[in-house]
Amino acid sequence: MMDPITLLTVVVLAVFVGFEVVSKVTSKLHTPLMSGANAIHGIILVGAIIVAGQASDPWLLTVALIAVVLATVNLVGGFVVTDRMLEMFGSRNPARPRAGAGEDGT
Amino acid sequence: MSVLGPGWTALFYLVAAVCFILALKGLSSPRTARRGNAIGAAGAFVAVVTVFLSAKLENIPLIIAAVAVGSAVAVPVARRVQMTQMPQLVALFNGVGGGAAALVAVLELGHSEDPWVRLAVVFTMLIGAVSFAGSAVTVGKLQELISTRPLLFPGMPVLMGAVVLGAVAACGFVVATGSVGWAVALLVLGIVAGLLLVLPVGGADVPIVISLLNAFTGLAVAASGIVLGNVLLLVAGTLVGASGTILTKVMAAAMGRGVTGIMFGAFRGGSTAGSTEQSDRPVRSSSPEDVAVQLGYAQRVVIVPGYGLAVAQGQHTIAELATALAARGVEVVFAIHPVAGRMPGHMNVLLAEANVPYEALKELEEANPEFPNTDVALIVGANDVVNPAAKSTPGAPIYGMPILEVALAGQVVFLKRSMRPGFAGIENELLFDPKTTLLFGDAKDSLTRVLGAVKAL
Repeated sequence: MMDPITLLTVVVLAVFVGFEVVSKVTSKLHTPLMSGANAIHGIILVGAIIVAGQASDPWLLTVALIAVVLATVNLVGGFVVTDRMLEMFGSRNPARPRAGAGEDGT
Repeated sequence: MSVLGPGWTALFYLVAAVCFILALKGLSSPRTARRGNAIGAAGAFVAVVTVFLSAKLENIPLIIAAVAVGSAVAVPVARRVQMTQMPQLVALFNGVGGGAAALVAVLELGHSEDPWVRLAVVFTMLIGAVSFAGSAVTVGKLQELISTRPLLFPGMPVLMGAVVLGAVAACGFVVATGSVGWAVALLVLGIVAGLLLVLPVGGADVPIVISLLNAFTGLAVAASGIVLGNVLLLVAGTLVGASGTILTKVMAAAMGRGVTGIMFGAFRGGSTAGSTEQSDRPVRSSSPEDVAVQLGYAQRVVIVPGYGLAVAQGQHTIAELATALAARGVEVVFAIHPVAGRMPGHMNVLLAEANVPYEALKELEEANPEFPNTDVALIVGANDVVNPAAKSTPGAPIYGMPILEVALAGQVVFLKRSMRPGFAGIENELLFDPKTTLLFGDAKDSLTRVLGAVKAL
């Protein structure tokens, strides 16, 4: 396991980044943003693959493979459905750029 | 295979983590949202390839088969789901993610000796199980497989207390002994806690709960990163946990509610107030031709679309009606309540699907000051978002939620399926107002007939 202080540093910085990136989102995009964030935690697939790759006992392997299937559904389905929603937003003229909004300097 | 050394592995995981940050950042603005999502997917792909190339893995063919099965299930569902059923699908994907995190933690218990790591194991299991079961209930409520009204039974708070105490005890035993039996008990208790937590939540508040459970799953994934010593899981999970928490608060604020009020309101009682029965008080019902005259000779019409429009798949017809009215010189705008539909921002997705121009969509703050200059407010399949009870009836489930103030318009026309109350289960006084007329029927049918009548004017 990694040094606890390093882990804590990583967590604290990630919390601030997480707060920062979504703090100015318009309510029009709440559904796609929720769906996109939902897809990102599907990355638990990496964890499921690791445990499945280390499972020796058939029972443990079965449970691990179930976890792989569930995580894949979360990850792949999440990104696909988010893309479908956003496709509809994108199929028209680009949003009228509103002064101030969306111009946050990054 | 161990093609990649630890240094390269860490580097590729960092690339994936940066992709996730850019994805969330991109999703916050309409212009960059789709690209953001694609960046996130690319990051996930990099991470999955990296784990195959870096860790010493057995069973690789079976794992690849499981990934293929998961994709084969998820892609067609995600491609074909009706836009109206989007909230259910997001909740479902969230639930299975939580379930996967809980299973990963159980399996890692045997490899965990350090008490701190075991603490992360029990945290992942508990939160993952709560998220799994809670999401299942939200799916049931949104599909109306179970009642959308808050579900409470006598002794529920006592049972909840007992479950929480039991879960804490089980956590203690697992951390102290590493016992798999207690771990399974903890999973079961987590599932029961998830059910008890979400069953009492009223239908109107379900979207907030989905967002909250999304943040929960993020935290479970973050804790699983500590369990597995994997920094990517830790960072990605924390990102989702933090951004999901903020998003939940923002959404709750849009509804004028606090998150704790939503989660525990029913336990305290009072949030189930309001009429459950259909009233037989007289209303003024109207014909499609009358509605067409009202709309066609107005100067300014504001359309308030709601979930009923989406259910009837009427978004294309309403877009046509707006075009027909605009051709007659009527100014037509859509007033979109932040929670119109069944999830914040849901209605924007539906109207975007029907090619309604972005400029015609007004958010609540923009729309409300304009109602006094509006001749006709046309409410299609919406109820709770225009219900004055939100302002006038303390104790109503929606009390305090900002509403679209359609009562300030000259005339109010409701297209409604029936007199059944809305998702929140409360009657709308506005239906009985003298300036209100109602046209009953399926939203799409009614719109088609109104559209025909407008064209014939």
